Amino acid sequence: MPTALILGASSDIGLAIARKFAQEGYDIQLGTRDPAAISSTQSDLSIRFNIRCSLHQFDADRTASHEFFFTQLNPSPEITVYCIGYMSQGKEMEDSWEETEKIISANYTGAVSILNIVSRKYASQKKGTIVGISSVAGERGRQSNFIYGSAKAGFSTYLSGLRNWLYPFGVHVITVKPGFVYTKMTENLDLPSLLTASPEEVGRAVYSASLKKKNTVYVKAIWRWIMLIIKFVPEPVFKKLKL
Amino acid sequence: MKKRITNWGNYPEIESNLLSFRDESKLRSIVSNEDSFIPRGNGRSYGDASLAPTTILTLHFDKILAFDKEEGIMECESGITLDQILKVIVPQGWFLPVSPGTKFITLGGAAASNIHGKNHHAEGGFSKHIVDMEVLLESGQQVRCSPVPNPDLFEATCGGMGLTGMITRLKFRLKKIETSYITQKQIKAENLAEILELFDKYHDYTYSVAWIDCMKKGKNFGRSILILGEHARVEELDAGQQKEPLLIPGKKPVVFPFNLPSFVLNKFTIRAFNFVYYAKNLKKEINNIVHYEPFFYPLDTILHWNRGYGKKGLVQYQFVVPLHRKDGLIEILNRISEKGMGSFLAVLKKFGNHQSLISFPIEGYTLALDFPVRKGVFEFLDELDQLVLQYEGRIYLTKDARMKADVFWKTYPHADRFQEIVKQYNPGFRFRSLLSDRLLITK
Repeated sequence: MPTALILGASSDIGLAIARKFAQEGYDIQLGTRDPAAISSTQSDLSIRFNIRCSLHQFDADRTASHEFFFTQLNPSPEITVYCIGYMSQGKEMEDSWEETEKIISANYTGAVSILNIVSRKYASQKKGTIVGISSVAGERGRQSNFIYGSAKAGFSTYLSGLRNWLYPFGVHVITVKPGFVYTKMTENLDLPSLLTASPEEVGRAVYSASLKKKNTVYVKAIWRWIMLIIKFVPEPVFKKLKL
Repeated sequence: MKKRITNWGNYPEIESNLLSFRDESKLRSIVSNEDSFIPRGNGRSYGDASLAPTTILTLHFDKILAFDKEEGIMECESGITLDQILKVIVPQGWFLPVSPGTKFITLGGAAASNIHGKNHHAEGGFSKHIVDMEVLLESGQQVRCSPVPNPDLFEATCGGMGLTGMITRLKFRLKKIETSYITQKQIKAENLAEILELFDKYHDYTYSVAWIDCMKKGKNFGRSILILGEHARVEELDAGQQKEPLLIPGKKPVVFPFNLPSFVLNKFTIRAFNFVYYAKNLKKEINNIVHYEPFFYPLDTILHWNRGYGKKGLVQYQFVVPLHRKDGLIEILNRISEKGMGSFLAVLKKFGNHQSLISFPIEGYTLALDFPVRKGVFEFLDELDQLVLQYEGRIYLTKDARMKADVFWKTYPHADRFQEIVKQYNPGFRFRSLLSDRLLITK
């Protein structure tokens, strides 16, 4: 049985991706900051889908621990999914530096740290798949979430470069841009249903992208066109908008 | 987030602050921070049982905690739906001990309503199959209860409509099956006397229920189709079915696309429907093998079938009268057929004698039918309530949206004891719903 490593397993998107891969017969390794808090997810996945599921302590901020974290995984996973994300709980420009750094580290530096390690291993064995859950927010900076957006922009750029670097080794990299998703992060927002995906849709999209070796995936196709329009607004106009 | 919500009947509607949780620590913080609330699963009760100004949504709390495949015992978090459970247990040769008419309800809701199924006369209600459960009280304390430790909390939580506290975990016994098919027998009955006789005659069947035409008067008054079933054994299947005896189907349900205008449902269209439904069984008796899905959950193949009743919604009226008050069943049916307000589908079933403190079933006859919400319906149902009261019956709270408090207190003989236990575990009445306020349980 192949194994999938899900980093950020306590999130709704992480859970949905784990369930989809488990349903397709993958054994699952769940990486999360507080494994005890998701022990029910471990029993759920192994019982529902008759697969093996293990819990692993993983903290995106503690980059010094990443090398050890990844080398001790047994078996070494065929696919690694990074779905850790963190948004400001209030207004970004009112956050402390500590909070701002948390956003940058969860969405960018922590990801680069662990995925560099994963990539070297996958390159050396000449196989493997890496999935990064990025965001449409990374496509253009807007006043409402440009710290988050810029970290995701960095992540998207990193993933595209990584895809290019890993290509000769036969290792594939997928960038996922989910758009709005119904999760605990967005629970208090009134999201437009046509533009909003369920975590299960994200799970299915990631799995099918891994089969078809897609490069960049918008979970709801309409987001590709929305972002295209947003990117085409000239900057002298864009800077005056309230987005 | 504040949102306008209804349960399955689309009546009544309330603006509610919806709060979700994924783990018990978040749940505890909700319970300690909010003033009052009611747990809400998949919103498949019909009336106002899981409606309140603040509702705690359990659907994300849906993990399977343990499954003993040898003994057939499963433990889950309360927000998992029966639909999800079936997908896991059926391929392993196990089935739900009790199935309601839809698989889209949560496990917590199944216990809080103490649901019954087509096997009530043979195997009792859902509570009979619960090993134990954990309930989070308004004090924040989490208490395990079962028929042995804390029997009072257990009794008042089964069928207690969420008023003792929030069921968080539930361990229950499953039923062994060889196949996912049912050997079905359907028998046409010309009238009410015949269908009641048939219920007695086929008492040994595990599953029995009747569809009944409530519009018919005269000599065909109460004409029905009795539907009986047993879990099929492997040797009863045909060669094709035997290749995968525990098959679960993968097809997606059809979605009822919009609310039908309410004039679509009237005496004539309902009579026509009932005529076709009755006439489709050409023979007196049909014996066949069907999958469990159409047998147990015929309406689940059309998601949102409730939209067929239009925007104003429907109320489902389900009552039971004791065995020795058959005359009550006849009189109430008479009133319904005279009034001509009834629904497509009325369901008649004979309950067995498994009773509990506050649950709906008593040994006797239960009839369930839908009434579209329109002028005169509530007055008519109040009249029916008086007959139910007179014939020593009662009304199912999970379906109810309109019963007056005095009818509840007069028809549920253990209501006092129930309220006492609720007060003991939920002293501030912080677990409360529109239903519990309406029936003066939490007032």
